[in-house]
Amino acid sequence: MHHFIDRRANPKGKSHGNRQRFLRRARENIKDRVDRSVRDKSIQDGEAVPVDGEQVTIPARGLQEPRFFHGSKGGNRRHVLPGNKEFVVGDTLPKPKGGAGQNGREASEDGEGEDEFSFTLTQDEYLEILFDGLELPDLVEKSSVETETIGTRRAGLTTVGTPNNLNLVRTMRNALGRRIALHRPSRRAEEELQSEIEMLEALPNRSDAQEELLAEMCARLERLQRKRKMVGYIDPIDLRFDTHVPEKVRKSRAVVFCLMDVSGSMQDREKDLGKRFFLLLHLFLARCYEQTELVFIRHTHHAQEVDEETFFYARETGGTIVSTALDKMREIITDRYPPQEWNIYGAQVSDGENFGNDSVRCKKLLLEDLLPVCQYYAYIEVVEEDAEDLLQDLSVGDDLWQNYRAVKDQTEHFAMQRVAHAAHIYPIFREFFLPRLKGGQNA
Amino acid sequence: MPEAKSGSKLLFEGPEWSFALLEKARDAIEEIALNDLGLNLYQNQIEIISSEQMLDAYSCVGLPLMYQHWSFGKHFARDEALYRSGRQGLAYEIVINSNPCISYNMEENTMAMQVLVMAHAAFGHNHFFKNNYLFLQWTDADGIQDYLAFAKNYIAACEERYGIDAVEEILDAGHALQTQGVFRYGRPPKPTSQELAAMQRVRDGYAGSRSLLDIWTDATLGHDSAETPKDAPLAARRKSMNLPQENILYFLEKHSPVLEPWQRELLRIVRMLAQYFYPQKQTKVMNEGCATFVHYHIINELFSQGRLSEAAYLEMMHSHTNVVLQPDFDDPRYSGINPYALGFAMMMDIRRICEEPTEEDRDWFPDIAGHDDWRHVLRHAWANYRDESFIQQFLSPHLMRKFKLFTLVDDASQKDLVVSQIHNRAGYKAIRQDLAQQYNLAYLEPDIQVTDADLSGDRCLILTHTVRDGIHLDEANKEEVLKHLRRLWGYEVTLDAVETVVES
Repeated sequence: MHHFIDRRANPKGKSHGNRQRFLRRARENIKDRVDRSVRDKSIQDGEAVPVDGEQVTIPARGLQEPRFFHGSKGGNRRHVLPGNKEFVVGDTLPKPKGGAGQNGREASEDGEGEDEFSFTLTQDEYLEILFDGLELPDLVEKSSVETETIGTRRAGLTTVGTPNNLNLVRTMRNALGRRIALHRPSRRAEEELQSEIEMLEALPNRSDAQEELLAEMCARLERLQRKRKMVGYIDPIDLRFDTHVPEKVRKSRAVVFCLMDVSGSMQDREKDLGKRFFLLLHLFLARCYEQTELVFIRHTHHAQEVDEETFFYARETGGTIVSTALDKMREIITDRYPPQEWNIYGAQVSDGENFGNDSVRCKKLLLEDLLPVCQYYAYIEVVEEDAEDLLQDLSVGDDLWQNYRAVKDQTEHFAMQRVAHAAHIYPIFREFFLPRLKGGQNA
Repeated sequence: MPEAKSGSKLLFEGPEWSFALLEKARDAIEEIALNDLGLNLYQNQIEIISSEQMLDAYSCVGLPLMYQHWSFGKHFARDEALYRSGRQGLAYEIVINSNPCISYNMEENTMAMQVLVMAHAAFGHNHFFKNNYLFLQWTDADGIQDYLAFAKNYIAACEERYGIDAVEEILDAGHALQTQGVFRYGRPPKPTSQELAAMQRVRDGYAGSRSLLDIWTDATLGHDSAETPKDAPLAARRKSMNLPQENILYFLEKHSPVLEPWQRELLRIVRMLAQYFYPQKQTKVMNEGCATFVHYHIINELFSQGRLSEAAYLEMMHSHTNVVLQPDFDDPRYSGINPYALGFAMMMDIRRICEEPTEEDRDWFPDIAGHDDWRHVLRHAWANYRDESFIQQFLSPHLMRKFKLFTLVDDASQKDLVVSQIHNRAGYKAIRQDLAQQYNLAYLEPDIQVTDADLSGDRCLILTHTVRDGIHLDEANKEEVLKHLRRLWGYEVTLDAVETVVES
């Protein structure tokens, strides 16, 4: 008539739906914090978002569950408390500050009334909110390159396992508890008894009483030693091991080429805007792909592959020939990133200046060599903050801009925009990756 | 510690449990529960779950079948953060007042803990659920699982049909009024045949219910067609709407002019669950006291039968001692009176009064002092009292001295807190009265009632808060709840505070 039911194999995360609803509810608040935190982040942080999630603290506004309940101030209240020490009837105590009773139990119900609520967003949730609604262009999805492998994931504790997975803290805690519970004699007790016996044995001639005591102590020592042997310091039942379960992981790789003009006309402001764009692109792609790599190419009248530090902070002088960077990119792809194994993304930042009729060559390079192997290519032109006309009208522009416009007309996975302020970057980025249905440039 | 007798075999050895061992232990416990303690039990269904699942269950007020709502996600986020950082442990078990009685045991428990937890939940709580008059009168143990499943599906269907936001709006408002969603004193008024028909239509499907939309022709309003509410005086209005009404959710469900049938059903779900939990809120001390007493008795009995090893017995006692710890009021660990400690001490005390009464006990408890069957006395108490009346009836001077109870008066008109009673002859009665009051939900929770709603006039809903002892509502929360109320009522809602005359 009775049942035991093993539910352990049931799916976990039953409250996933509740969590989703909670995040949805707090979305505005959370998004605000997430946007603010991404503004302060640097691309150098590498992953930029910690793998074990991001602690966010949001205002509890909108998350309260109000109830009718008695306030904590005023009125005539009686509290029955345990543990009277010296009070007699009529004794008085000063009221604790902030009113309320002795224990302030009524002060807040359920921890409500706090202004802030802290919890941990997983990395996925963090990026999900950051890149809310953005997707890879359809075209890209289709031709994505991927492989599948088996990885592992931590899954709690077990009593059996291999020594390398031994969880020391839990094991020692169990051992300590067991030793206390079973009264395992300490080494010191043993040594004290031992030394007392030795003292007695050292006596030249012992009385009968001493003889008896010695025998009794020897027996006690033997018992004690036996008990120490029986109740081990660590017993197999104390052992706890970390376990891992296998998990199938999709593996896909992407490489992001960051191209930037570093000639004299590109100042810190322009570079900073570029950096923000590269950071967002990297974060977004890192979320879509298992593994992402970054390649930094800077150019003046010649192009170089450099590390991140040099890319953003080193100074360089010279003219401006954009096509050198595109040449370099083509060269690196051929050398290291075969398109059948890598998803290739290009992002280019420039102030729009180019030498002579090099722009025509750029157009040709893009159309014939780069765009056929790239998943997506984005071009950002940094303009002066007061260049209202350029920001307003996208049909005006220099030689490079005009040629790129021609490229854009011919291909779908090419995007271009102008920015002047840091505040433009995120909206533009969103626009690039918003599905076309919702008004984005995305196909 | 009772001496262990040799002879019969140990139930188990070592900390590892298996289903075979659990079965064996359960049989041994049941033997004692039925034949020694004479418990009356629902059939048990004991489920073994992982810690993750326990966290899940935690956040859904202990009901894994609970419908989905963001507030449970919020609780989960908080519990999870506390648990992962090690600031809060997880319960060893969760037990549900249902038939069969479902209890959830954590897989991490050692065998000794599984036995303890089983004796506590599957037998102690189980008996209490099945026999206490509050649970019998107010909860439907046979139907709760089905009802939860219905509620979950219904709410999911509503979310699909009307959108998560629309459902959330109603549930949020319902949750805000949960404490005002129970009948404290009487049964709900019987629905009229028209109402029954209307409810039937609501359940039959959304489509059929569309015709009920217009409240002015709606039978659920409860007006007879002969009545002319326009001219009806206040008295008639109050009669037709069962005013004054303490159950605000019930009132809104029946009489709100703006809610659609599915929204009424959502309020009904919230209200039903609030009512289902109401007995548990009123019997924390007794329920835990009963369960703790039962597990204590059973493990001691098992040990004296030689069926538990000393190690297992000590592990259980260690856990038991932690659970019934009552820190003093000036201890940093103090957070109110521990219901386990008070409940267990009172049960043990009742047994003591039966077995070894003192002169004082004979004066105070002439009925039970020296009673020859303490089991009967306890079972009777478990069945017929709630915390307030139980303390009022059974808290002995002996126990008040043991807990060193005293009453502290916090009067806004006084500069200081005053110790008004201590555990001495002059104070026993008053302390017992004060402590009982501390468990009187009708006193702890604000008394708010619907007093008038003029549907044919300005449709303003008038609530009255009867203020006792000058204690008013928390302002910020009051305003928020009123916003929810306005949403459910659709028109203006006012809440008047009426001071009662202080008896001296």
